[in-house]
Amino acid sequence: MAIGWYLAVSAIIFCIGAIGVLTRPNPLVILLCLELMLNAANLALVAFARMWGGESGQIFALIVMVVAACEVTVGLGLIVAIYRRNLAIDVDELNELHG
Amino acid sequence: MVFSAILFFIAAIGAIVGAVAVVMLRNPFYSVLALVCHLIALAALFLLLRAEFVAAAQVVVYAGAVMVLYVFVVAYVGGADEPLHRHGAALKVLGPVFGVALAVELCIAMLGTALKGISGHGAPYVPGFGTPKEIGTQFLTTYLFPFEVASLLLMVAAVGAVLLARRRRGLEGTTEGEQTTFRVARPVLTGTMHESTGIRGGGGTVSESEYESQREPVGSHTGARGSSGDGRSEGGW
Repeated sequence: MAIGWYLAVSAIIFCIGAIGVLTRPNPLVILLCLELMLNAANLALVAFARMWGGESGQIFALIVMVVAACEVTVGLGLIVAIYRRNLAIDVDELNELHG
Repeated sequence: MVFSAILFFIAAIGAIVGAVAVVMLRNPFYSVLALVCHLIALAALFLLLRAEFVAAAQVVVYAGAVMVLYVFVVAYVGGADEPLHRHGAALKVLGPVFGVALAVELCIAMLGTALKGISGHGAPYVPGFGTPKEIGTQFLTTYLFPFEVASLLLMVAAVGAVLLARRRRGLEGTTEGEQTTFRVARPVLTGTMHESTGIRGGGGTVSESEYESQREPVGSHTGARGSSGDGRSEGGW
């Protein structure tokens, strides 16, 4: 398949993830949609690595995966902390930084 | 050639359906499972692009480890069904509109690109492309600095997650008065490992009534506290 097909799939997945981040109220699902967007970027990076025949794009994709894992860890830690304080798991309710 | 095209379409449809399911399903638990399907389909796409190591890392690290973390947190927080959209928010309409606009813009950018390569099938395949050996060589020579920074970032994230998710209110069922009967060797409520797991030093959670009965002798015979030396006294550490 031509590289353009992979880029099209990547663009579609990225847009689905963006819609999810904007519309879903649950921070857990927002984190999942962020994963979708990062994975779409990964797909584009790997496709470009295939296009040029170098490994740099794949290494970039691996680093993105590391950063995504860190983001998930901290994000889920925040959600657990929110739950422990008996606050609603809803980004509309959580609009204050203090207290 | 035909086989790879069929495989591409199966994997691409699986990835897109998985992504839509993540956004559309009401229960966060099912969203996580849909994301696992999406990640596995994406790993198949990576394999088609001859990125073997990235595909393996995707399945092992993402679909394996990170998703287990998600499942644990969803089970802890409680994955109840919920409304898909906020109540009466403008984003209910504006979100999909923005997404479609972004898709159109990306399609225009892709169709109007001057890159000749994206209509081709990529560079000629060199044996060894994308294998762990090649990736490892690149990581330890050309990209050594990003590699080290990534390890540092992982450690910072692990420490940060423990700090964020620890229990800040002390042990369950203890008040300030009860704390004084312990041999406290630290400021209370500072978030120790025992507090974060909710286990008192004796091992295992003690119910409130038997805890009360155990507590009395320790508090009254202050001189014998050291010799009575039950495991609870080391709760601070």
